[in-house]
Amino acid sequence: MAEQPRDTGNWAKPTSTLTVTDAPAGAPNLVDGKRLLSPVQGFGKMWQKTYKVRLDGIETTPQAVIAEWRENFASFWPKGNDFYPPLTGLEPGEVALIKAAGPGGMKFKTGVMVLYADDESFTLMTPEGHMFAGWITFSAHEEAGRPVAQTQVLMRAQDPISEMGLAMGGHRMENKFWEQTLANLAAHLGVEEPEVTTTVTCVDRKRQWSQAGNVRNSVAIRSTLHMLKPGKKTAG
Amino acid sequence: MTEATLSMGVRRIDDTASVLDIQGDITAFSEEALMDAYTEGAADGVKAVILNFSGLEYMNSGGIGLLVTVLVRANRAKQRLLAFGLTEHYREIFELTRLDEAIGIYATEADALAAAA
Repeated sequence: MAEQPRDTGNWAKPTSTLTVTDAPAGAPNLVDGKRLLSPVQGFGKMWQKTYKVRLDGIETTPQAVIAEWRENFASFWPKGNDFYPPLTGLEPGEVALIKAAGPGGMKFKTGVMVLYADDESFTLMTPEGHMFAGWITFSAHEEAGRPVAQTQVLMRAQDPISEMGLAMGGHRMENKFWEQTLANLAAHLGVEEPEVTTTVTCVDRKRQWSQAGNVRNSVAIRSTLHMLKPGKKTAG
Repeated sequence: MTEATLSMGVRRIDDTASVLDIQGDITAFSEEALMDAYTEGAADGVKAVILNFSGLEYMNSGGIGLLVTVLVRANRAKQRLLAFGLTEHYREIFELTRLDEAIGIYATEADALAAAA
């Protein structure tokens, strides 16, 4: 029998659409049946955003940081944003639901799938109906002998409405969101006055007009309709 | 995993295509090796750059992100990005991440070269 690659078991199994199982009661489930979207299927400019915090003054390892982060992922999110992890934890293939603050006071209801997880990193991938198409990788490693925690986003806005929203304050909100998340993580680990650095790179300035039809799953439209709908669809 | 354990070979097949032979691991720390190989393989206006994954031993999500970046560079240069030599496991990852919709995947080098011609 051929030897299995070392990453076998770290990746989610292939799936055509998302299925939410055992989500907490009351969590907004607008992702059941939705397809995953990589940056290739997105509409807007492609961005790579890297947020980093040095874990100075504490004794820890990248593995210990990731274990803690995965276990308590939701607790590090800034106030006013809700992450409903799967009951089985952030394991490859599991789906989490999200209610997050968006531009203009909107509440976006969406979700993510755990694409990949090992003891030094884990990655969430977005489905149709998210503000962006892409993935977010959370990792820890050592730089100059000191542990560092990092969030890296590779994304395009999914549709023209989201692209506009990101340009009109959405990018700024997202940056603040992950900077605060990393600061919360570092503080939880015992770092005094954590300092987060942000690096933003435009990987591709071209918009993919062939993907403009993603607007039919626009998170802004769907979240608004969900808010107005009597007897809202929730998990549980 | 913070060490680069990727070695790349570059073969210019003809005026149309170059093959990049991947040996080892593709992770976020492989950026320099992969991008240097792409730059060399994509030079002189080839129409297609072909990734040979036969020697791939490990890939994490940081590695998949790098492949997206290579794809953007190829698209910008109006070059096709093709691949062959993927095991069933890595084919599944390409499907899962939907990179198979943008990178043409072939069973053998001959098939990929025929597609590039």
